[in-house]
Amino acid sequence: MPNWTAAAAMLVAVLFFNLLFTPSFFHVAIRDGRLFGSLIDILNRAVPVGLLSLGMTLVIATGGVDLSVGAVMAISGTVAAGLIARPPETPFAGGKSVPALAIPAALLAAMGCGLFNGILVAILDFQPIIATLLLMVAGRGVAQLLANGQIVTFSEPSFAAIARGATAMLPNPVWLLAITFVLFSLATRATALGLFVEATGSNPSAANLVGINARAVKIAVYTLCALCGGLAGIVITGDIQAADANNSGLYMELDAILAVSVGGTALAGGRFSLVGSIVGALLMQALTTTILTRGVSPEITLVLKAAVVVTVCLLQAPAFRDSISRYLPKKVPA
Amino acid sequence: MKIDRFAVSLFATCGILLSSGCGGPAADKPAGDKPTDTPAPTTAGTTANAGAKGLKLGFAQVGAESGWRTANTESIKSECEKQGVDLKFSDAQQKQENQIKAIRSFIAQGVDVIAFSPVVETGWAPVLQEAKRAHIPVIVSDRRADVPDDLYATFIGSDFIKEGEMAGEWLVKKTGGTANIAELTGTPGSAPANDRAKGFRTAIGKAAGLKIVFSQTGEFTRTKGKEVMEALLKSPVGNTVNVVFAHNDDMALGAIQAIEATGKKPGKDIVVLSIDGIKDGFKAMVDGKLNCSVECNPLLGPNIIDAAVQLKAGKTLPKRTVVQDGIFDQSVAAKELPNRKY
Repeated sequence: MPNWTAAAAMLVAVLFFNLLFTPSFFHVAIRDGRLFGSLIDILNRAVPVGLLSLGMTLVIATGGVDLSVGAVMAISGTVAAGLIARPPETPFAGGKSVPALAIPAALLAAMGCGLFNGILVAILDFQPIIATLLLMVAGRGVAQLLANGQIVTFSEPSFAAIARGATAMLPNPVWLLAITFVLFSLATRATALGLFVEATGSNPSAANLVGINARAVKIAVYTLCALCGGLAGIVITGDIQAADANNSGLYMELDAILAVSVGGTALAGGRFSLVGSIVGALLMQALTTTILTRGVSPEITLVLKAAVVVTVCLLQAPAFRDSISRYLPKKVPA
Repeated sequence: MKIDRFAVSLFATCGILLSSGCGGPAADKPAGDKPTDTPAPTTAGTTANAGAKGLKLGFAQVGAESGWRTANTESIKSECEKQGVDLKFSDAQQKQENQIKAIRSFIAQGVDVIAFSPVVETGWAPVLQEAKRAHIPVIVSDRRADVPDDLYATFIGSDFIKEGEMAGEWLVKKTGGTANIAELTGTPGSAPANDRAKGFRTAIGKAAGLKIVFSQTGEFTRTKGKEVMEALLKSPVGNTVNVVFAHNDDMALGAIQAIEATGKKPGKDIVVLSIDGIKDGFKAMVDGKLNCSVECNPLLGPNIIDAAVQLKAGKTLPKRTVVQDGIFDQSVAAKELPNRKY
């Protein structure tokens, strides 16, 4: 039984609740040549956290954590918007609008952030939580400096298409997440890279002894994680056609960590499940969309989410499952 | 372009030099004043700024967390420069202890007047007591401070309840008193969110046909505003909603995009109104997508300096100076857009 069974069961339960109480939830129509409905919203809105959770899964599998991805989102979004809008009184002022450069530059900036994290953790031996906390705080400041404290708005159809367009009936971000997921899965499961990551997470010294360069693995996963943050930042920025350095990706790193742990990846490192993280991200978004559709008051929302997370985590815990099964009618003993 | 700007600033500088030379109240509008300048929000005694030159003002700002705040800071700095006020400015980066430190250093430097926008409402009594002992009058701006009346001279800022009321009254007029309203609220527990909701409810309470059928937080951001609106439009009440009231422009802008995605026309099929009056909101009004925005004016520089001058001269001010906020709809948006500074 995979580790993410509990999360998947809860996801089904949330959807079933909607089937009973909000029948319109499952209504999917075709509008402007694309699918349209609450289910599609869940897929579409889960993309930023889903992307973050893929990168976060690998980082957590090496026994680390990356708190900076939310700030990286803000940086990448601001760089992209800056190169398109060229707002005055910012480092981007002056020059021509270069939409073609926006995405490569944003992703490069994000990877630079990841490299910084990786070097702090792998070479300088910082505690991951401290190393990435640095960029979590400073990164948002950098993004605000790049935007001069303003929300950078722009109108660029080609860039907005990434977040708002649709291909083969589904929103483009959903495809982006699907492709990223397939690439990550192939890289980690079709090659030995996944094993390297797990070995580094279980015991870096032992991994070194068997010839795995644990430092290189760590630098690579932090860079990949930041790259995912960069992608998520582009999606969010394209979606609202504006880079909001103050709020883009704020606290989203925590949502990603939650999705990863709900999805059955051990926070101590050593084993991971990419599928689980995606299921986790979908579960959190399904909850959010359900709550919004039902019009539950915001104070209750957070408590409700916490209750679901605790339930999933309990169901995952072997100790809890054992203690429950003691009270359940025993299966026929062998 | 560069030369233009240079010429304009040179011209403006001349104007300021001229006006400070005259020094009288007639110099209130210097000849070089750019015609595009937003008229400063005026209070009773704006003209009596002869004592501004050389006045030492300490200002402890919250930080630079939003475009609104940046405009607020800019207004204070540029107005001080214009009137020759010696400004000691401190950015607290959203931390109360930094603001308290800044106020203490203002006291030590012996400024004439201290002004600050409190990060939070509580915990200001001790440091304001110190200012009082040093006989330095204190101006509270933009946000409330929860202290006894004798510890500060005046509070200058917008009235959030009034803003909500203005939005509600506009809606009563616009709809003729019947509509199903969806409300996008600000960050739960924040003063603007609480007060704007309260004022709005008071105003629409007079029309029995106006009902709030949905209320959910968009946390003052575009992304959240869009996500909440998306979900709302697909909810059981979604089809009945014909008015969206957002506690700030950013959420309204997000909601507009969500409405467009469903094929409806924001501004026509669904009336959208919000508060703040930022530049992007005005652009949306010009495009016919936002119906109305109640201004929440951050350009408090002239009011603060005006109050500081009077306090230095030993005058007593009313405890509350309400900044007059305007209300703008599509009919005036195009004309007003070039004047927006924030």
